[in-house]
Amino acid sequence: MGSVTATVAPPTDPNVTRWFRTFGAIAASGFRRHATYRQAAVAGVVTNTVFGFLRCYIFLAVAGAAGTVAGYDRAQLGTFVWAGQGLLAVIAIWGWTELADRIRTGEVAADLLRPVHPVTSYLATDLGRAGFAALARLLPPVVIGPFFFEVYLPRHWATLPLFGLSVLLAVVVCFGCRYLVNASAYWLQDVRGPMILWTLGSGVLAGLYFPLGFLPGWLEATLRYATPFPSVLQVPLDVLVEREPMPTEVGLVGLQVGWAVLLLALCRLVQRRAEHRLVVQGG
Amino acid sequence: MAEPGAPGALRAYRALLGAQARSQAAYRTSFVVDLVGNMGATVFDVLTVLVLFGVTRELGGFTLRETLVVVGLSSSAFATADLLVGNIERLPRYVRTGLFDAVLVRPLAALPQLLLMDLPLRKVSRAVFGLAVLVFALASAGIDWTPGRVALALVAPPAAVVFFAAVFVTTATVSFYWIDSGELANSVTYGGRDFTSYPVTVYGGWFRALFAYGMGFAFVSYHPALALLGRADPLGLPGWVGWASPGVALVAAGVAALAWRVGIRHYRSTGS
Repeated sequence: MGSVTATVAPPTDPNVTRWFRTFGAIAASGFRRHATYRQAAVAGVVTNTVFGFLRCYIFLAVAGAAGTVAGYDRAQLGTFVWAGQGLLAVIAIWGWTELADRIRTGEVAADLLRPVHPVTSYLATDLGRAGFAALARLLPPVVIGPFFFEVYLPRHWATLPLFGLSVLLAVVVCFGCRYLVNASAYWLQDVRGPMILWTLGSGVLAGLYFPLGFLPGWLEATLRYATPFPSVLQVPLDVLVEREPMPTEVGLVGLQVGWAVLLLALCRLVQRRAEHRLVVQGG
Repeated sequence: MAEPGAPGALRAYRALLGAQARSQAAYRTSFVVDLVGNMGATVFDVLTVLVLFGVTRELGGFTLRETLVVVGLSSSAFATADLLVGNIERLPRYVRTGLFDAVLVRPLAALPQLLLMDLPLRKVSRAVFGLAVLVFALASAGIDWTPGRVALALVAPPAAVVFFAAVFVTTATVSFYWIDSGELANSVTYGGRDFTSYPVTVYGGWFRALFAYGMGFAFVSYHPALALLGRADPLGLPGWVGWASPGVALVAAGVAALAWRVGIRHYRSTGS
């Protein structure tokens, strides 16, 4: 609880149960908030489905007569595309400017007065949002895709739980990246620059436009270990289609854990720096 | 009420455009960042095609050089249409916030006002890059230039711009009926862009029939490219279809105009 608390004194003993209850309540409110935009969810599902068709046909054409490319067969490409279209909304790769907007308008000051650290509270909201998206946005493409394309079903019993964990970590990693992009608003008046860079970079480097395996091996490895992008989308999808042997998959999810911890720590650090700056500015 | 097109109206439109240019160029760094960032979107589209050809020699029976002609036609046309009328996709927001009412009570036509109120000059960079890709593709594809093909190379890109512009306007009118429809329009506009970036032989079944011929996207880049390259259509349509794109664009523009008129007549303010 490193934030400024003017109204409520921070609890002196860290009560884990209370922390979880607060976190759960914020997450639930995030879930409810997004459950009210039903028309938008339907429109989003239609769009994801259209792009599912487009990408599936294109990747299958790349696989061509041989039927395999970069370690994916046709069924694996199908699963990669359709689960990917569903995951897009769960990780909310684009379009989150709430924090930047609140920083620009000064409303963020209200967040700092709350007894919960801003990073924690925004993360809880985001996890609630992701929970709704997993129901409303992940399921439809995953159900629709197999009607029109061959898809790959995981063969190992441990794959599905590992995929679930990997998606959860992807949400946290993506949240961390988006938070940092938004937090640049504390220093820059206009976050459009960082936002454009993130929007461009995330789509290509996370594995949305093409599986990163299409790139030369050294480039794929560099992206995977040196940047958080593949952890946002490519890793959960690779886990789902069992592209690698199980121990390697567990290792990839471990890599996601590393990125999640690192990014959340960075978010807190940036937030603390920013708050010092805000105090100076606000007097 | 002044008639649209009268000298006074023209002056008013020019004033709207001038105000836009001044306000957008006021924050110079932001504007430069936007210029570069907007080009990035099209750069990555072309890069994606190059990456795909890194792992395969042909896509739907077409080589990289042939596919680049398709990509060039599609991305230059989409970027230009997006620059000119793409901001119509903000219509849902105008309808929701009631700003559209303010536009309607002014003595000027609604559509040009909306477009000039928000002409995104930052997107100029994209259109220029798209055009550069098209010129490069046409120069390197080994086209056997005849007067007819030169004429087609000059007519097909503007026709494709008109077609995409019509798609933008038509899909935006959905928001007169369904306020929260933003992403729905994306599936046809950006979906159409992606669809036209590859030879239609890549796609299959009813999906291809719907996008290529039901909505007419095959005439944006695929058929003109076939005619330019002098290739027969693997799907069996005759060669003259490549020259049909201006006609298809005019039909699309007619549909868009009709949809817009019907939409405006149907429009009821949200009352905000």
